[in-house]
Amino acid sequence: MTELIFDHSHPGRSNDAQMLPPAPEPDDLPEALRRSERPRWPEVSELQAVRHYTRLSQLNFSIDTHVYPLGSCTMKHNPRACNALAMLPGFLERHPLAPPEAGQGYLACMYDLQNILAEVTGMRGVSLAPAAGAQGEFAGVSMIRAYHDARGDTERSEILVPDAAHGTNPASASMCGYKARELPTDEEGDVDLDALRDAVGPQTAGIMLTNPSTVGVFERNIEEMATIVHEAGGLLYYDGANLNAILGKVRPGDMGFDVIHLNLHKTFSTPHGGGGPGAGPVGVRENLLPYLPTPMVAEEDGRYVWRTEAECPDTIGRMTAFAGNAGVLLRAYVYIRMLGRRGMERVAEYATLNANYLMTQLREAGFEVAFPKRRASHEFIVTLKREHDQYGISAMDFAKRMLDYGFHAPTMYFPLLVPECLLIEPTETEAKEDLDRLVEVFTTIRKEAENNPELLRTAPHTLPLRRLDEVRAARDLHLRWSPEDSEPATGTEG
Amino acid sequence: MPFIPHTETDVRSMLDAIGVEDIDGLFDEIAGGLRAGELEGVPEGMPEMAVNRLMERRAAQEGRPLCFLGAGAYPHHIPQAIWQLTTRGEFYSAYTPYQAEASQGTLQVTYEFQSMMAELTGMEVSNASLYDGGSALAEAILMAVRGNRKAKSKRVIVPRAVHPHYRDATRTIVRNQGIELVEADFDRSTGTTPLEQLDSALGDEPAAAVVIPQPNFFGRLEDVDALTDRAHECGAQVIAVANPTALALLSPPGQWGGKGVDIVVGEGQPLGIPLSAGGPYVGFLCTRKNLARQMPGRVVGRTVDADGNTGYVMTLRAREQDIRRSKATSNICTNQGLMVTAATLYMSIMGPEGFERVARHCHANARALRDELCAIDGVSAAFDGPFFHEFVLRIDGRPVTDVLGDLAGENILGGLALEPYYDNLGDAMLVCATELHGEDERRAFAEALARAVA
Repeated sequence: MTELIFDHSHPGRSNDAQMLPPAPEPDDLPEALRRSERPRWPEVSELQAVRHYTRLSQLNFSIDTHVYPLGSCTMKHNPRACNALAMLPGFLERHPLAPPEAGQGYLACMYDLQNILAEVTGMRGVSLAPAAGAQGEFAGVSMIRAYHDARGDTERSEILVPDAAHGTNPASASMCGYKARELPTDEEGDVDLDALRDAVGPQTAGIMLTNPSTVGVFERNIEEMATIVHEAGGLLYYDGANLNAILGKVRPGDMGFDVIHLNLHKTFSTPHGGGGPGAGPVGVRENLLPYLPTPMVAEEDGRYVWRTEAECPDTIGRMTAFAGNAGVLLRAYVYIRMLGRRGMERVAEYATLNANYLMTQLREAGFEVAFPKRRASHEFIVTLKREHDQYGISAMDFAKRMLDYGFHAPTMYFPLLVPECLLIEPTETEAKEDLDRLVEVFTTIRKEAENNPELLRTAPHTLPLRRLDEVRAARDLHLRWSPEDSEPATGTEG
Repeated sequence: MPFIPHTETDVRSMLDAIGVEDIDGLFDEIAGGLRAGELEGVPEGMPEMAVNRLMERRAAQEGRPLCFLGAGAYPHHIPQAIWQLTTRGEFYSAYTPYQAEASQGTLQVTYEFQSMMAELTGMEVSNASLYDGGSALAEAILMAVRGNRKAKSKRVIVPRAVHPHYRDATRTIVRNQGIELVEADFDRSTGTTPLEQLDSALGDEPAAAVVIPQPNFFGRLEDVDALTDRAHECGAQVIAVANPTALALLSPPGQWGGKGVDIVVGEGQPLGIPLSAGGPYVGFLCTRKNLARQMPGRVVGRTVDADGNTGYVMTLRAREQDIRRSKATSNICTNQGLMVTAATLYMSIMGPEGFERVARHCHANARALRDELCAIDGVSAAFDGPFFHEFVLRIDGRPVTDVLGDLAGENILGGLALEPYYDNLGDAMLVCATELHGEDERRAFAEALARAVA
């Protein structure tokens, strides 16, 4: 167990390198509005803070330290140049409300990025405003709503969502005031076309699809689906979660999608940062251009300028106070410039190669995959139902045991329709020998499941903590430190 | 091939194992007509060296002006240790701590963040952060409407003295949920929200929540105790929008009025996050313990492992989209993990005293700057009364945008013209000073402004 930073605190210890000289009493502030006690933040030296947080960092698995085949999350290498160049002082010090004439460099990058993302997705216009994938989804569905409303077509109340979709899809639809209606997946992993035909109607506002889908296969009937939905007057929304599988190979616009969002923290390699920040740009066809969220960058007489509510009166509006996660957008831009057009296609090619190779090797080793007749996209599903029935171990137990072997676990129990599943996404940046090692680890763990299933049920064994009690955390809520949690300071440091 | 490790031999043996001729064979389930042609609009790739040069040139175009712009994003000193540690690969390249045992670093940092934010705001609990202050206000409004069923109302009172961009983002996000946002006007001479304006916005109908900014968009301090009590008397929940630096000097929202507020949100950017053109920042949301289950976004809680050792996990997961799907408290899937790490480091390294000194310097510099600028002919303060580190000036004789343009020509960002936001403030600009704006910086600004208005 690692101590909290509060446990290192000693009253009166200060970090004088950061201490400004005493300042006058703020005697103009009315007493009633003044704070009477300081927040009980830790009082530590710089070294204590640096050591504490360095040690904490070492408790994380990360791409930089471990193979991280977390399906649907695209945990690929985060090139260091992207970080270093987005953190150049000129960019870091740019104020979000600085006028365009104060500096054109940042706007030039954003303008290029909008255009490149439009090209690579086959869309007519792109806004970089949404701060994450879920905000991109929300913006996309809001635009669908704005489009129908503008045409006086206000009876549409439903968004269709495959049963395997990410939970953000139905949640975003309902935040836009739509009812999410689920579509079943057929046994080969495609959306059930008959069910789709039955579901569409004058109440259909649109459909949200991920392609390749969340079950790791390409939706083969996409063109027919587009026709069915369009004929019913609905629009097609593309969830870009899995764009890594087809980057530069197939464009959502060419598949018939009207509106898309991208996860730059997946396909364009910006860091996941322990759970954010992301960036979720949206792209649209011609007919939805007026509704794109603001602000955007435009070019006027060779100069870059902002487009805001004043120039875009029909916009769905702002998503955040400023222009989205600018620093993330810069990182994606650097990545794209290093890759270029051919590099982008290679992303899809090698991500698909790695996934299909790993799937083949795991099948060879006797593991069951969810859709054996299909090609993998950039990811695939292994189901441990047989191991569960034979040895009494769960996908969770298997995943926890992988941690002992120095592999981050794949995504567990998603999609919900495959029992005891692991969704595995190796990404294009892993080398063949690491994939081979992953197959060995799978094989070893299955042997352990056969001979000593308890070893899996009680895993992990080699990490600083053993399995954590999530039920207790939710039942007996401790969401913050309080002073009684820390021993009184004694003068000896841990 | 950038970032792809495969040798030709690797590729050959992998394809043989799969049983396809070439990589293109892996895409044989995709109809030929769907395949993209050459991506004409995407430039050719460049080696890192060339991209370095491009980005350095573009960053240099930004000019690094002397910045007196605030309005929701504030220039502050950031201790060097913060981003050196935050960008360690173990923080930078990890993801959401779904596997708690392999993510104790991120989880414990988040728990410490929640603890420090709860301390700062005087509230019982905090979530693990939201995208930014603007979207956090929208989420707080949705949360209040969910949580205040007694009010049987979806009306929310939002003062015009709340940041206009926060109000825009809120409108975008709550628009389709049947929520009515009712404005409360500010007093023309004080720039604050008087009780009468709150009363007139409330009217005789119930309201689910009242939003109270502190300081408000104009930098002015609101009479938060009276506003909080009045809102509570009417059965509304109170949502505070607070600046974290200001809270080093000002009464924490948890202590406003007789009962304290119900939800506090705000922008955590001043806590060690660079301006960076507007993001990524970090929204915070704190509340009472009995409302914790209504919170949007991620939350980290303390628990024990199989041996009884203390550890941390994501908790209250049953509220979230991946489990509750269309009935989730929000569609939010991530927090701003990396920014949480930076803010936690900032609060630890500054400590309570160092942080209070920062706030005092912001305030003292802003007071001094306002006096220095108002000594210039044609420049006057728009509002009377106390402010934290921002204030509104009126400019006589020349349009504000021209004055700001002249200042920009001298590499000074002098403030924000308020004309696009408020009809009656066409001759006004919002100016900010922080601990970075000592005597030299202020003098440079005052001299340039004197030339610009002359």
